Amino acid sequence: MAVSGAPATPAELKQRIEAGIPGASAEVTGDGHHFNAVVSAPAFAGLSRIAQHRLVYDVFGAEVGGRIHALSIQTKASTTESIA
Amino acid sequence: MSDETPNPLREQIETAIEENPVLLFMKGTPDQPMCGFSARTVAILQSVGQPFAAVNVLPDPRIRQELSALSNWPTIPQLFIDGELVGGCDIVTEMYESGELQQALGLDNGAPAEAPEPATPEAPPLSIENRL
Repeated sequence: MAVSGAPATPAELKQRIEAGIPGASAEVTGDGHHFNAVVSAPAFAGLSRIAQHRLVYDVFGAEVGGRIHALSIQTKASTTESIA
Repeated sequence: MSDETPNPLREQIETAIEENPVLLFMKGTPDQPMCGFSARTVAILQSVGQPFAAVNVLPDPRIRQELSALSNWPTIPQLFIDGELVGGCDIVTEMYESGELQQALGLDNGAPAEAPEPATPEAPPLSIENRL
């Protein structure tokens, strides 16, 4: 799926996170190897941090640690004031 | 992909996780971390005064492979408390700043004997350089 030769960019990571997690919005910074992603998504509501981060890591699969050398993540459940 | 073949390394990892209430898989050793994220996680555990066991994943790439397959977590470090993956550097840092880490470790028994900064989450006493 991913072109393993091309360097990763913050724009690519942002686009893939937002495409991969329904309703997510992401801010991604990085230098091509080390990235930091701040992600909020309604899908995070009620999940542990571990589970939230896994959703983000899952977007990239084995690329994390490889093509994407390091990915720091901060997650927030986007609260739509409707939590039962 | 297949869990069918006997896998002594994975069993060793599982045993280590079971037997050590606080276990950190890291790059390098607590005395000589080889990665900024591992260094930061070690520094946090040390700053809360938590003794922990550590496994260096660098000597054999299969340790990391097996660990990640087992924990379903792609990156190193990985901190386990009471047999459960708590997270990597980002989560441990967040939990430390919010006090959840100290709680999870049972260090926060309502008696903050010498808790230095009760409520200053934006001023973590750590400024470990990322040495990657």
